[in-house]
Amino acid sequence: MLEGLMIGLAAAVTPFNLMMVVFGCVIGTLIGMLPGLGPMSIIAIMIPVAIGLGDPTAALILLSGVYYGAIFGGSTSSILLNAPGVAGTVATSFDGYPMARKGQAGKALTIAAIASFAGGTIGAILLMIFAPALSTVALLFHSAEYFALMVVGLSAIAAFAGTGQVGKALMMTILGLMMGTVGEGALSNMPRFTFGMMELQSGFSFITLAMAMFALPEALFLVMNPARQAQGESGKITGLRISREEARSIAPVIGRQSLQGFFIGVLPGAGATIASFLGYAVERNIAKGAEQEEFGKGSIKGLAAPETANNAACTGSFVPLLTLGIPGSGTTAILLGALIALNVTPGPRLMTDQPDVFWAVIISMYIGNLVLLILNLPLIPYIAKILAVPRNYLIPFILFFTLMGSYIGQNNHVELLILVGFGVVATILRFADYPLAPLLIGFILGTMLEDNFARAMQLYQGFGFILERPMTLALLVLAGLLVVLPSYRARRARKRAEGVADGD
Amino acid sequence: MALDRWIALAFIALCCVYGYAAFFTMDDILPPILRRNPIWPSTFPKILAVAGIIVGLIVLFSAKPAAKAEKADGTIDLSRLGEYHIWQAIGLLALMVAYAMTLRPLGFLTSTVLFLVLGATLLGERKFHILIPVAVIGAGSIWYLVQEVLGIFLRPWPAFLV
Repeated sequence: MLEGLMIGLAAAVTPFNLMMVVFGCVIGTLIGMLPGLGPMSIIAIMIPVAIGLGDPTAALILLSGVYYGAIFGGSTSSILLNAPGVAGTVATSFDGYPMARKGQAGKALTIAAIASFAGGTIGAILLMIFAPALSTVALLFHSAEYFALMVVGLSAIAAFAGTGQVGKALMMTILGLMMGTVGEGALSNMPRFTFGMMELQSGFSFITLAMAMFALPEALFLVMNPARQAQGESGKITGLRISREEARSIAPVIGRQSLQGFFIGVLPGAGATIASFLGYAVERNIAKGAEQEEFGKGSIKGLAAPETANNAACTGSFVPLLTLGIPGSGTTAILLGALIALNVTPGPRLMTDQPDVFWAVIISMYIGNLVLLILNLPLIPYIAKILAVPRNYLIPFILFFTLMGSYIGQNNHVELLILVGFGVVATILRFADYPLAPLLIGFILGTMLEDNFARAMQLYQGFGFILERPMTLALLVLAGLLVVLPSYRARRARKRAEGVADGD
Repeated sequence: MALDRWIALAFIALCCVYGYAAFFTMDDILPPILRRNPIWPSTFPKILAVAGIIVGLIVLFSAKPAAKAEKADGTIDLSRLGEYHIWQAIGLLALMVAYAMTLRPLGFLTSTVLFLVLGATLLGERKFHILIPVAVIGAGSIWYLVQEVLGIFLRPWPAFLV
């Protein structure tokens, strides 16, 4: 492990890469603060830039910096405006906004920054311990197990979509898988479902799809409903310091939530949103008496819990991505797409084939967290000014960036028409409460899923592999249970409140 | 019928078309040698089509109207579509299509400045003395970044000038 750390340090600590971390964190924080633009949209917009860098290490460092920055920026707008920029920071606004109303905005931001830093750093340590172990196990997997594992991942994402949403999420996953089959299959190089169009020969571009699914609908919603972007009163933010007693009281919360958040993040489909809500709920239950009363009215523990948990979960979600090549959330799915475009195949072989990429990412997590802490604490009052950018300027520029992103990937204006078309479809789907993250994950996993399926079929001359390999069978049964159980339980407890369904 | 069921219906229709292509037309061009394979290019699409139709039917017949929880001001709610600035959104989409069509003939700088200015005007911006410089600087700096830093060719001027 020490050796790995050295490799990572050597690869990550170059002036250029350090610049990328800082740049990514700043961009992520700035855009993440804007209500409605979540990490997925921001990473989608940044991908052409990252791919343009050409170096996978630098690209991944940039994108993870953006990811952390976005989550952090989201908590800033949650606290100051009660307008979470990201689903993962909704729980932050429960106690953060009341604190800001009480004139403790500075203190709330400091606690958020410290909690994020601790969550991210502890998460990175856990990642360093668990990822190598998991990838050793994963090397034993065959294509049949990979196929089954991906099915488990996809059904877990559907299963965590929330009450009453499982069917819809599953439908979106299948739609994504179907879209993934357009173009020449890796199997036989036979064009499929292209309708004779040359532009579809290589399939849909995932950047275009990612933009169309997330950035474009959000921008359209901002147009349609101006209330979505609350205008901030850029009041003075003072009193950033916290006292020793406060630090002592949030320390155990941070410790617990770092662990819990990380392991929730590892689960496919769960991610930062669920981690933050669960973290908040657990801490409220643990707290006693007067402290429990405080929750929801500006409790520092209630603020520290979701902030720690969502950052730890972000780090945790890198575990399946880096060790199995299976993204657990929309954001890591986009990262996976970017990596494939850069000729890096995440998976168990990543650690042996390209250890510098793997370790550089981990090192960049530490650096990114540190940069966020250093950069944001003193700069928060100024950064918050971006919330005052008028929407008349903001929206055309967001739309322009989505157009540019998909254009420079393909250099083809038909791509832009595809972008607009899918954007409209995605907006309609959003209106009907269909989750879009499963679609994108299905699309990105589709090719790999089919490849592994085909390989297993060829090795076993048919569907025999399902029965002959016990682990495959077990995983497929697990996948079935994951999908069926929530709907079964939902039927029994239909009267309960509806769950939280939003990708992160 | 609620919108989500219409979507489920459309999805089933899509699956039928997709399944028809997978089951009946796709294998025609498969070379005989590949027919000996246990897996054909159409195998996976066939599974998807069947699974898609099943899931689509489940959603179609089980979807219950979502509980009308009180929604915050910022959330999107179809029942309030009439209050939204839907025409602005459609106008911007049309502008994006126009941008796609004019990007090559007019060149990057011209069409981008036009897009940004017209987009902001559509949203109600009237301070052109600020807007136009912002658009020009924005377009110029992005062009510089893409062309010079990332090294991706973007034709800056209209086609008839170069």
